[in-house]
Amino acid sequence: MSRHPLFYPLVLGSGLLFGLGLGISHMFRPEVVLSFLQLRDLGLLFVMGGGAVVAGLGFYVVPRLRERAPLTGDAYGRRERSFDRNVLVGGVVFGAGWGLSGICPGAAYASLGVGNLPILWAIGGMFIGAYAQAYVRAALGTATARESPAD
Amino acid sequence: MALSLATLFPNGVVSYAVGGLLLGLAVLALYVGTGIIVGASSFLESTLSYVSRLPRLQDPRYRSTRDWRVVFTIGIVLGGTLYAVAFGDLGWTTAVQPWRLLVGGVLVGVGTRVGKGCTSGHGICGLGSVSRTSIVNVAVFVAVAIVVAFLVSAAGVTP
Repeated sequence: MSRHPLFYPLVLGSGLLFGLGLGISHMFRPEVVLSFLQLRDLGLLFVMGGGAVVAGLGFYVVPRLRERAPLTGDAYGRRERSFDRNVLVGGVVFGAGWGLSGICPGAAYASLGVGNLPILWAIGGMFIGAYAQAYVRAALGTATARESPAD
Repeated sequence: MALSLATLFPNGVVSYAVGGLLLGLAVLALYVGTGIIVGASSFLESTLSYVSRLPRLQDPRYRSTRDWRVVFTIGIVLGGTLYAVAFGDLGWTTAVQPWRLLVGGVLVGVGTRVGKGCTSGHGICGLGSVSRTSIVNVAVFVAVAIVVAFLVSAAGVTP
């Protein structure tokens, strides 16, 4: 598939900024996330809240200025996933893992970049978990083709 | 104990707010240029699609996005390195025990994929989209995580 020459540079730059944000906010440290979850330091509220407000302003304003994105020609939209039982079940399982380890996917990648090698346990675990749910879905024969995509 | 800002935010709010701002700008830069609303956890399934034939993993939505998701994730790793070099944090290592990272990681892998997103997809982009699905998902995972973190701590597991 041919991409605009600036597509991958932008993706890389966006990822770089994302990793920098996870670094400066110290989200790459499981200890900081666990200290939020034990209500000792509520700073994480500003990380997720700040990110959501900035992104939300963009999701609101940009579609009103332009119809399509310059590098892909795709229409601008919002993030909306269908609501079903999986949203609740997934939330409970993810919450249990986040509370146990203090790590989430993006923060784990950034943590690896910092040189925190033990985080490979978490990243390996995430791949095992992602594979396991795909395997179980196949074994159960649940057709997921029409399900909305996840991030 | 009196509740004060110093008790709620013993490390201040500046680094957290600046980090959050950067996360929002990163999401926005990609959105403006490509229309993509990114999340970090789809990388797990989309990358597995290179090596596994499981139907769920061969879904077009993963096959068609797996290349740029790898690039985005490499960017996140390099961003972590850039931070560490700039702020003298290179080589910082967590003291959280490996079994917690591994078991927690497995649950994160299952939960984010079943629940259609993670702290970035639902937490930043979904909340930013005022998506009711994301608001419910975030409320559930934060509440469960708080309970689990307290239970693990109460069981004497440190760190």
